[in-house]
Amino acid sequence: MRYSVLSLLKEAFNGNKGWKPAWRDPEPQAEYDVIIVGGGGHGLATAYYLAREFGINRVAVLEKGWIGSGNVGRNTTIIRSNYLLDGNQPFYEQSLKLWEGLEQDFNYNAMVSQRGIINLYHSDPQRDAFVRRANSMRLSGADAEILNQNTIREMCPFLDFDNARFPIQGGLIQRRGGTVRHDAVAWGYARGADQRGVDILQNCEVTDFIIENGVCSGVETNRGSIRANKVGVAVAGSSGRVMAQAGMRLPIETHVLQAFVSEGLKPVLPGVITFGAGHFYVSQSDKGGLVFGGDIDGYNSYAQRGNLPVVEDVCESGMAIMPMIGRSKLLRMWGGVMDMSMDGSPIIDKTPIDGLYLNAGWCYGGFKATPASGWCFAHLLAKDEPHKTATKYRLDRFKRGAMVDERGAGAQPNLH
Amino acid sequence: MIINHPLLGPRDATEFSYLGDASLMHRPEWQSDDAENQFYEYQYLRDNKAGIHRELWYHEQGDRSWLVVTRNTLTHEISSVELASDVARREGRSR
Repeated sequence: MRYSVLSLLKEAFNGNKGWKPAWRDPEPQAEYDVIIVGGGGHGLATAYYLAREFGINRVAVLEKGWIGSGNVGRNTTIIRSNYLLDGNQPFYEQSLKLWEGLEQDFNYNAMVSQRGIINLYHSDPQRDAFVRRANSMRLSGADAEILNQNTIREMCPFLDFDNARFPIQGGLIQRRGGTVRHDAVAWGYARGADQRGVDILQNCEVTDFIIENGVCSGVETNRGSIRANKVGVAVAGSSGRVMAQAGMRLPIETHVLQAFVSEGLKPVLPGVITFGAGHFYVSQSDKGGLVFGGDIDGYNSYAQRGNLPVVEDVCESGMAIMPMIGRSKLLRMWGGVMDMSMDGSPIIDKTPIDGLYLNAGWCYGGFKATPASGWCFAHLLAKDEPHKTATKYRLDRFKRGAMVDERGAGAQPNLH
Repeated sequence: MIINHPLLGPRDATEFSYLGDASLMHRPEWQSDDAENQFYEYQYLRDNKAGIHRELWYHEQGDRSWLVVTRNTLTHEISSVELASDVARREGRSR
């Protein structure tokens, strides 16, 4: 069924009795062309673009729990393309362009809202760095503007401009950035893929890879063995333990990142705001809650919950730029597990095992990348060569010394 | 998290900084034939275990000792804490 104003009206007069499940619940077939391991945003987007863009429909998405139960349901929903490096910025700009057309493309309301993202700067050198970043963004075709303090005062009068330690001098704004309803991204891609013949298999956990003579030809699951010509793994957070089943060690550590939502408030924030002197980012959801987050906890964890020192750090950062945040009550907080790669950038590549492909290492920036990650991974799976915006995300780049180190922190995953 | 320091007793984890997998204690032999590959694996690849994980913590805000902490990455439960120097000697290092 195609969703439209007409279908909405029809169902309104029909007592809403005609809505169908948005995707099927099929039994696993014995064989597919491509198996995607991981029914999160990236895995579902990959299946969708494989079917829609590259004409490969015999695809299964295998999900251990229910689709969207991992990081696509646990993030702070920000989309942006404000990167610096050649290897990153064109990729994230491709992603932002895909976000802009996404809802029409897969006929699902993902509530893409381009309300803008402001990165605050607090010193002259930081302004210079942001000007350089803005230039890099414009070179990739993205929009970027440097705002002075007065303009930001008009937009966000509630910020602590005259903070003694970190006065706000101005900011870098990307007006096309914003937020998206995260769960709807998973559901929209799932529905779009399902309509094009993709089997979405939930409660289907991969227990082993079928590897013979260095060639991967399928997976063992708790619902039986499934064969495929190609297997793509997109299980960020769990990449280490899933790929260990294929005997691989990855340049990745798994860390926990916490996020927070306040009680619902009247609209106060014009868009996404990030602190330039600490790690803090905040936006306001359409329900009114302030959605914010900060640093990872900094130690290996698969626990999907963090500890209190980081909660304190995040709240201190919030108070430093936005004292009014102290008046709102915290409603919920949670943790998600992140693939922290050794240079802070992702991996979309073949593995040394033929027929086995890897999409991993998204650190805590994976949500905004969902459409481009799916597109580029689908391109790699379909054509066996990387998409032109993802050529730098090679698995062997650490061995070659070709890191994509946006932060410049070296091989220290807890510092990215 | 509370780390039960073998010399100083229970200390808050915020006093420590984290390095990662305890195997980082053992640098590869720089003169071996495949040193380049060994250093690549040492520097970049990790077991990244879900479950019992041996890892290095540095008591930066305390006595500046290196500790080997055995911790469950699924629950954050710490089962043992040892001085890294003791572990190193036990595993055949001279210091």
